[in-house]
Amino acid sequence: MKKCDLMVDLGRRRFLSGAGFAAAGAAATTIVSAPAQAKPAAALVEYPANKLGTVAELKVNEPKDVAYPDDDAPGVLIKLGKRVPGGVGPDGDIVGFSTVCPHKGYPLAFNSSDKTLNCPGHYSRFDCEAGGQQVWGQSTQNLPQYALRVEANGDIVAEGLDELLYGRLSNVL
Amino acid sequence: MTYKRQIDRLPIVPADAKEHNVTCHFCIVGCGYKAYTWDINRQGGTDPSQNKFKVDLAQQQGADSSAWYSPSMYNIVKQDGKDVHLVIMPDKNCVVNSGLGSVRGARMAETSYSEARSTQQQRLTHPMVWRYGAMSPTSWDDALDLVARVTCQIVKDQGEDGLFVSAFDHGGAGGGYENTWGTGKLYFGAMKVKNIRIHNRPAYNSEVHATRDMGIGELNNCYEDAELADTIVVVGANPLETQTNYFLNHWVPNLRGTSMDKKRAELPNEAHSPARIVIIDPRRTVTVNACEVEAGKERVMHLAINSGSDLALFNAWMTYIAEKGWVDKALIAASTNGFDKMVAANKTTLEQAAALTGLTVDQIRQSAEWIASPKEGNARRRTMFAYEKGLIWGNDNYRTNGALVNVALATGNIGRPGGGCVRLGGHQEGYSRPSDAHVGRPAAYVDKLLIEGKGGVHHIWGCDHYKTTLNAYQFKRTYKKRTDLVKEAMDSIPFGDRTALVNAIVEAIKKGGLFSVDVDIIPSQIGQASHVWLPAATSGEMNLTSMNGERRMRLVERYMDPPGQAMPDCLIAARIANNMERVFREIGMAQVADNFKGFDWKTEEDAFMDGYHAHEKGGEHVTYARLKAMGTNGFQEPATGFADGKIIGTKRLFADGKFGGKDGKATFMETQWRGLQAAGKQAEKDKFPFLINNGRANLIWQSAYLDQKNDFVMDAQPYPFIELNPADMAELGLKDGDLVEVYNDNGSTQAMAYPTPSAKRNQAFMLFAFPTGVQGNVVSAGVNEFVIPNYKQTWGNIRKIASAPENTRHLSFKSREYAV
Repeated sequence: MKKCDLMVDLGRRRFLSGAGFAAAGAAATTIVSAPAQAKPAAALVEYPANKLGTVAELKVNEPKDVAYPDDDAPGVLIKLGKRVPGGVGPDGDIVGFSTVCPHKGYPLAFNSSDKTLNCPGHYSRFDCEAGGQQVWGQSTQNLPQYALRVEANGDIVAEGLDELLYGRLSNVL
Repeated sequence: MTYKRQIDRLPIVPADAKEHNVTCHFCIVGCGYKAYTWDINRQGGTDPSQNKFKVDLAQQQGADSSAWYSPSMYNIVKQDGKDVHLVIMPDKNCVVNSGLGSVRGARMAETSYSEARSTQQQRLTHPMVWRYGAMSPTSWDDALDLVARVTCQIVKDQGEDGLFVSAFDHGGAGGGYENTWGTGKLYFGAMKVKNIRIHNRPAYNSEVHATRDMGIGELNNCYEDAELADTIVVVGANPLETQTNYFLNHWVPNLRGTSMDKKRAELPNEAHSPARIVIIDPRRTVTVNACEVEAGKERVMHLAINSGSDLALFNAWMTYIAEKGWVDKALIAASTNGFDKMVAANKTTLEQAAALTGLTVDQIRQSAEWIASPKEGNARRRTMFAYEKGLIWGNDNYRTNGALVNVALATGNIGRPGGGCVRLGGHQEGYSRPSDAHVGRPAAYVDKLLIEGKGGVHHIWGCDHYKTTLNAYQFKRTYKKRTDLVKEAMDSIPFGDRTALVNAIVEAIKKGGLFSVDVDIIPSQIGQASHVWLPAATSGEMNLTSMNGERRMRLVERYMDPPGQAMPDCLIAARIANNMERVFREIGMAQVADNFKGFDWKTEEDAFMDGYHAHEKGGEHVTYARLKAMGTNGFQEPATGFADGKIIGTKRLFADGKFGGKDGKATFMETQWRGLQAAGKQAEKDKFPFLINNGRANLIWQSAYLDQKNDFVMDAQPYPFIELNPADMAELGLKDGDLVEVYNDNGSTQAMAYPTPSAKRNQAFMLFAFPTGVQGNVVSAGVNEFVIPNYKQTWGNIRKIASAPENTRHLSFKSREYAV
């Protein structure tokens, strides 16, 4: 699924993906014997600011499939109908989560009756109304939640994550 | 807000990182892990040539990746005095877990001692003694001298019965063959200590006496049997939460039907289907739910019996199966004693059992059919029986254990593929000690004797009675009173005057005081009463050997330094022995002193060679070097030889039909029902409205001794949960997360209300052994004839004590059952 149409700032994203590549290159230089010149490096990864949807298009309890911070990192936007931690929008009820289980990387499924994301691999479940808290499961992390911002025009923009995504040792590859 | 680590990247394991074999040091399953360490100022890269996994880490890794680790699998620790990066991640090549990590084991790195990242700063880093009214640091020499002087004087005055000992007897952390041998050689070799108890129970006894008495060791099958069985019977256990990766990696494939190819290949010439499962548990657990998800409800039978009535069910199964003739007549004739006598004595009709268990006659009959009715072509049905604390710490332990083994033995399911009758286990095992025959049977009820004022010195090894004993409320109050007498005496003398100090302690002991020495990795709750703390090393900070629930023995290679001056328990035991030898000579007891020779070990490997290698069955084939070469798969005990660079093990016990009785046979046991066996239990049941069932949970390891300082755990579990039916909560005026008091005539404790629609009315389930609310406080002193505690059958009352405190308000109280 291509997400290019969702990007707020294409140029910025290209720049950031280039920066990510450069960081990897810098790491590589530390393990060869030739002396390397020290370079300043950011303490945090640089997250892209990506438009994932609009307030108007979300219906209560109907998750919208998205991806963040890139196409290989699936997630959802959900309007929960109830103000919750990390919730944005006029009702403070819009949240976004990774849908890759942080235990072994299986895809999570949304249970609309109790608003949890459930893993078919090893039965872990995460509460969308409680910041992605693992209700029960084998993950040693709670579910990565998106830092969301709503623009004046109703665009929902993701600009960060609060836990490491499964399957990558840097949230921005 | 829910706890988040705010970690967005991790250092990459470089291609040349050091690799160490690790077996998880928590539960019995013993999942294989690898520990990678590398210098603090280096890191790998994303290019396949630059990392240990030889993969492109600039790409998203797929599910079940063996090239990804979570923040909980990373830390910075000391190795040979220098900071190094540490990653401990599951090993895909280990046949036990095939790369799976549980929510406990996958936090091994994060729950390691780190100065750089401030994890587990609670660890003891040097000996501490009671001095000037507080626990204060001292040297090993000083601490050991004080311990030896007081201990030797009390042994001189009262004999060895004046020395009380509480000691782990298991494998994994706080155990292992090295450390059980070290402590065993001290208390059963140099001395013959009788007043000794094990980490989780008040006496020195087997939790599974009955199966052993029948000639059938309790860990007799292999994990693959769960993939091969036609039917799995699980009694009083919740393996998804407490033997997680055994369940996920070996039971689920059989329930899903994905082990069918293996069944056909290994057991040709008989019909096969995906497994059925019979679960005996008064409570609906997440295990029941997962089984229904995988196998379909029609292949899962959850028998939610009346608490404590298991024995009646098993006798009814046995009676019905014998009447139907679904028994292994050839095996019974060739390899067993007492079958007819047992069947006659245990005769229980389906109707009688239905009345006692609360099940229907049809449920009992149908479950017996699932266990033993022949398959197509009259082939014997392969049934694996597994049990744990619901039976072991349940009503009438000895007979109930025997009754279940009767069924397994009669149906020919011991020593055969797809069979076994096994305890599932808590810790790994690692028992190697001189004979304990002098302890006797029944063994001394140590906690009761301590309450009664017996004993003068108490050595504690990795145990915390305050959290993990029965009658804990009374135990704590008495123990504090007795140890306070000694603290007051110590406060009256300048610490530097050793002779006067020892005399004052001895005088206080004569007045009912108790001198307490606590060997542990952290300051435990019972340690708050102690006078000396000796800091121990744990798994990975020393080389350590243990075996898992299928007797799979592995070596955990030391990958980091112990904190500060902490030492392996076996070496602490050796140094206590050295000091006691010296003191006995000084006080003119040279003959006694000679008993303490043979403790000149310098390393844990010395203890291993002296103990396991020299004393255990097959031990002569086993060395550290050979185990290291066997990696995370090790071998299954007992070893029978060494060939082609490999230790040869034993896949299943009793496969040849030879059992453990003196005549090489197994013996059936007469196990008549006798109601709630432990003294006072029936009266407690009649008096109080709520069953206070109790047990372990997925997130917490053991008594939370490490978890209590882990942010991820304590954010989710600040208090022990108590599951209650929502209607009961409404009647009690309770909301989610409110604090309740649980109380009865034994004592009181606290817990956090967790609404649980699947809980039966008046049947609460409370987390066991948690530091902020000890369930043992309300468990009576009643035990069985061999001093096995009966935690499960506890009844009490419940009342609200406080509305949800701040640290429970962010919690999710939704159902724990996976549902889509």
